[in-house]
Amino acid sequence: MLKGKAWKFGDDISTDLIAPGRYYHLRSNLPELAKHVLEDARKEFAGSMNKGDFIVAGKNFGLGSSREHAAIIIKLAGVSAVLAKSFARIFYRNAINVGLPVIICDTDKINERDELEVDLSKGIIKNLTSGETLTFPPLPDIMTEILKEGGVVSYLQKYGDFKI
Amino acid sequence: MGQTIVEKIFSEHCGKKVKAGEIVIAKIDLALAQDGTGPLTIKQIEKLGVERLANPRGAVFFIDHASPSPRKELSNDHMLIREFTRKTGAILSDIGDGVCHQVINERFNCPGYILIGADSHTVTGGALGAFATGMGSTDVAIGMAYGKNWFRVPETFYFNLKGGFPRGVYGKDLILYIIGMIGADGATYKAMEFGGEALPNIIMSERLTIANMSVEAGAKCGIFPTDEITRGFLKEYGREDKFREIKPDPDAEYEKIFEINLSDLKPMVAMPHTVDNVRPIDHPDLKNVEVHQIFLGSCTNGRIEDLRVAASIIKGKKKHPRVRMIVVPASRDVYRRALKEGLLEIFNDFGASINNPGCGPCCGVHQGILGDGEVALATSNRNFKGRMGNPEALVYLASPATAAASAVTGMITDPREFI
Repeated sequence: MLKGKAWKFGDDISTDLIAPGRYYHLRSNLPELAKHVLEDARKEFAGSMNKGDFIVAGKNFGLGSSREHAAIIIKLAGVSAVLAKSFARIFYRNAINVGLPVIICDTDKINERDELEVDLSKGIIKNLTSGETLTFPPLPDIMTEILKEGGVVSYLQKYGDFKI
Repeated sequence: MGQTIVEKIFSEHCGKKVKAGEIVIAKIDLALAQDGTGPLTIKQIEKLGVERLANPRGAVFFIDHASPSPRKELSNDHMLIREFTRKTGAILSDIGDGVCHQVINERFNCPGYILIGADSHTVTGGALGAFATGMGSTDVAIGMAYGKNWFRVPETFYFNLKGGFPRGVYGKDLILYIIGMIGADGATYKAMEFGGEALPNIIMSERLTIANMSVEAGAKCGIFPTDEITRGFLKEYGREDKFREIKPDPDAEYEKIFEINLSDLKPMVAMPHTVDNVRPIDHPDLKNVEVHQIFLGSCTNGRIEDLRVAASIIKGKKKHPRVRMIVVPASRDVYRRALKEGLLEIFNDFGASINNPGCGPCCGVHQGILGDGEVALATSNRNFKGRMGNPEALVYLASPATAAASAVTGMITDPREFI
């Protein structure tokens, strides 16, 4: 069960906003890069969020560059999951590959600072502030398995190959 | 039921007939990574415990984004890449060789291939009739290590193109028009297949531009069938033997079909801060927009044809005093041709700054970071906030012709006034 507060973001949060190009030189120093996560979207986010909090965004989260560093530093910062109306393709797959849960749901039902409780296996989001319950569809089997192992590298280390 | 181009390519790479929506394991022919994503790819290959790549000659590492290195941290990343390629036999494309997406298509990519790259603009390779897609560093590491990865076969949007480009209108204007029409997530997870009677009017440099920006509509790939233009391009680079026919079945099943007449198009501009924020050049929002920096280059529009168009507009003129113009040929081959044809002399006399082949200022690492409140007009593919190194700056996107005309006047300008 994941538990934390909601941090709201808008539509089209690009990987340039998540991991800005001016910190290119920090890509091999991910803990340092993580201190700047989403800095150009909400400057206070990296410094003020608590471990376990959720990113709650609009449509097309993670569009743009294929930089996996974007998904990694969101996870490193301690975000427990990203909730959005929709995700850009490469970010979505990268997130699963690095073990960051990504959830597609109607995020208009969630407000800034709402307390959320998410059950990944059941596909249920409980908004403890509003009392509302949201559901989300399960991932394809292969992605569920990868996420369960904490990412695709651990998955392959365990199974040696993809089970499709 | 017949197959789309993408379904055909996946069927060949899976050893069975597949259709859109299926999750499959497919063989990878070619994989690339660059200096921003390659170090993580290398670390993940090592984590997987793989010492010998499945196909070292099909694994290409490019040092193009921060090239030459502007900082010691990046120099150390470059050292890691050079050492890894030396050790494994993977191919290295070093500083000055050019942007990964230009070089991979000049030298390596072939019709019918599956090409994956740790760079979202890997989709450029669809211009040659390959399934080419961007993935994260780890997925590319898996592709390089095992020679395969898993994919969901995408549904296809078909763009039926008619007519020909009017004067001053190019492939860049077409793809900006399409992105403006369907939105930055209009083709998420889908393949965009281009076809129709206009294809003989769309030269390879335009196809590369169109495929390059398919990802800006969220697409998994942007793909063209092959024809005499494809054959001609491969021949130009001494690879005519790699030509093969790639085309969809006449009864292929498409999720959506779009009809576009190129003859109706105008020059287009994407306004800050999203690529789908597109206006035709004569829109009131583009009146009196003062520009400080013009960037001509990138994997989108740094080809010899782009430099020729721009040079023909600025020849014999001087740049507007407010403007600085940065020209970056996309590859060493483009640079050589531009030199030989006298284009670099034209840019130099105009007052432009000519940089070495590479990504240049596109990704905000170096070679032209904008100041607070400054406006850039770039021929590259992204205008997200912060993209060119400063979240306080504004980036507009347009064709090389529009960029060149705007460098002369200092304002965003309709290139048709100059052609």
